[in-house]
Amino acid sequence: MLDALLDPFRDPLMRRALLEVLVLGAVCGPLGVWVVLLRRSYAAESFAHALFPGLVLAALVGAPLLAGAVGGALLGAGAIALAGRDRRVGADTGVAIAVSTLLGAGALLALSPAAPARVRELLFGDLLGTSPASLLATLALALVAALALLVAHRRLALVAFDRAGALGLGARPGLVELTFLALLGLTIVVAVQALGNLLVVALLIAPATAATSLGGLRLRAALLAAGGLAALAGVLGLYASWYLGTATGASIALAALALAALAALGRPRAPAGALRPRTAVEALGDPR
Amino acid sequence: MSAAGRPGVPARVATLVEADELSVAYGAGEPSLSHVTFALGAGQAVAVLGPNGGGKTTLMRALLGELPARSGSCALHDRTAHVPQTDRARLDFPVTALDVALMGAYARTPWHRRIAQADRDAARAALGRVGLGERERTPFGALSGGQRQRLLIARALVQDAGVLLLDEPFSGVDVRSAELILGVLDALRAEGRALVIATHDIEQARRWDRVLCVNRRQIAYGPPSTTLTTPVLEATYGGELILLPDGSRAVAIQHHDHAH
Repeated sequence: MLDALLDPFRDPLMRRALLEVLVLGAVCGPLGVWVVLLRRSYAAESFAHALFPGLVLAALVGAPLLAGAVGGALLGAGAIALAGRDRRVGADTGVAIAVSTLLGAGALLALSPAAPARVRELLFGDLLGTSPASLLATLALALVAALALLVAHRRLALVAFDRAGALGLGARPGLVELTFLALLGLTIVVAVQALGNLLVVALLIAPATAATSLGGLRLRAALLAAGGLAALAGVLGLYASWYLGTATGASIALAALALAALAALGRPRAPAGALRPRTAVEALGDPR
Repeated sequence: MSAAGRPGVPARVATLVEADELSVAYGAGEPSLSHVTFALGAGQAVAVLGPNGGGKTTLMRALLGELPARSGSCALHDRTAHVPQTDRARLDFPVTALDVALMGAYARTPWHRRIAQADRDAARAALGRVGLGERERTPFGALSGGQRQRLLIARALVQDAGVLLLDEPFSGVDVRSAELILGVLDALRAEGRALVIATHDIEQARRWDRVLCVNRRQIAYGPPSTTLTTPVLEATYGGELILLPDGSRAVAIQHHDHAH
C-alpha cells in the first residue's frame, strides 16, 4: 500500500510535478474563494482563454512561455476592452466574442499540422514537463499571492460583501478589484503552463466552491480549506494519471470537480442559513 | 461618545456638512444633481426627499467623495460613516452579525493586527443599541430586512463617526425596526452628530431639523414647517404626489424601478 503511494514519486519528474501542483493548489484555492465571492468566475475563465494565442505564438517562435502569456494577457485585455465598448453589443457579449475569437485563433495555430506536438500541450497543460525554472516562478508567485491576500484580506471582504458601503469603511472598490484582477491574471499566467489553458479555471473555481459550501460562516476556514482541497485534487490527479495513464491536467481538473460534487452532496442541509433563498413573504414585505 | 466627548466639535455650533452650489454628473452627460446648497451643524439631521432617480443616492456618493463635483463644492468636517441600502449587500457572504459590525473597525486596524478588544466591545455594544445583542452569531443572510438595516447602522456606530449618511434607512423595514432606528438616530443627534437621511417618507421628514428636496436639482432647503409646502412637494415629485383630501398628508408614489 505504502509502496503504491510512494512509487510514482520515485520519478524525479513526478516529484517536481507534485511540488508544482501542491504550490499551485495552495495559491489557486484561496484565490478562487475570492473569485467566487467577488463573482468573477466569468472573468477568470475569459482571461485564461484570452491569453492563449500569446502562449501559442511564444511556443512557435521558441520564446519563453511566460513572456508569451504576458503578451497574450495584454492583447486579451485590449480586445476585451475594445469589444466591451460597443454599446449595441453590450459588455457581456463583447467579452464572449473577443474571448472565443482569441481562443479560436490560438487553437487554429496550435492544432495546425505544422505546429510541433508540444504546442498542443498548451491547451491541456504539461505538469510532468515542469522545469526547475517554472517551479521557481510558481514559488515566487505563491509568495506574492500569499502576501497580497493577507494584506488585502479585510478590504477584499468589504468590497465582496457590500460594494456600496466599502468606500465609507476605508476600501476603494475600484482599486481593490483592479489589484485583485491583476493578481488573478498573474496566477493564471503562471499556472497555465502546468495545468493548460482549458483546465486552469477548474483548479480555481472547483475547490473554492467546495470550500465555501463546507466552510459555512468561517471565511478564513473556507480560504484555508480551498487551498487544501486544491492541493489534494492535484495529488489525486497525479496518482490517477500515473496508475490509469490518463492526461495529468485533465485528471487534476476532474479530481477537483469530483471534490466539489462531494462537498455539495455532503453539505449540511441548511448551511447556517447563509445560502437560504428569500421566502416569498420576505420578498413581498420589501417594496423594492 | 457624548457631545462633550467629541473634542473640537462644540455641539450645535460647528458646521459638519456643507455643500455650496454642488453639481454632480456621471461621466460627461447632464448633471444628475445640480445647485445643491445646504449646511448642517453638529446635532442636526436633514431629510433628503426626492423621487427615484432624483439624485438622493447621487448626493450621498458625492458627499462620500466617490463622485467628483462638476461644479461647486461639498465638504465634511468630521469622520463620516455611510449606511448604504441593505439590498446591495450579499446575503450569501460568509459573515455573522458580529463580523459585519466589526467591519466598522477595519479602517483603523492595520492588516497585520487582530481587531482590538476595545473594538470588539464597541461592536457588541453597537449590536445591543440596535436591538441585535442576542443575534451576534446569526448569519447576515438569515436576518430580516429590518434587522439587516439595523446591523448596518451598528456597523456605522462602530466607526464612531461625527457625520452619518443614511441611504433610505426606513425602506423595506418592519415597524419594530423603524422604531428602533428612529430611537438610535435621535440619540445620535443628541450626542452632537450630524445626520443626512435620504428618505421616501414625507411625513417622517417633518420630524428632522431640516429638509432638502431634490429632483435632479435642489428644489428647496429649510426647516420642515416652511419647506414642506404643497408647491415644493409638487415640484419635487411632479405627478407622483398624492395629497389626501384634508390637506394634512402627502404621499409620494414609489415606483419599483431603480433609476439611480
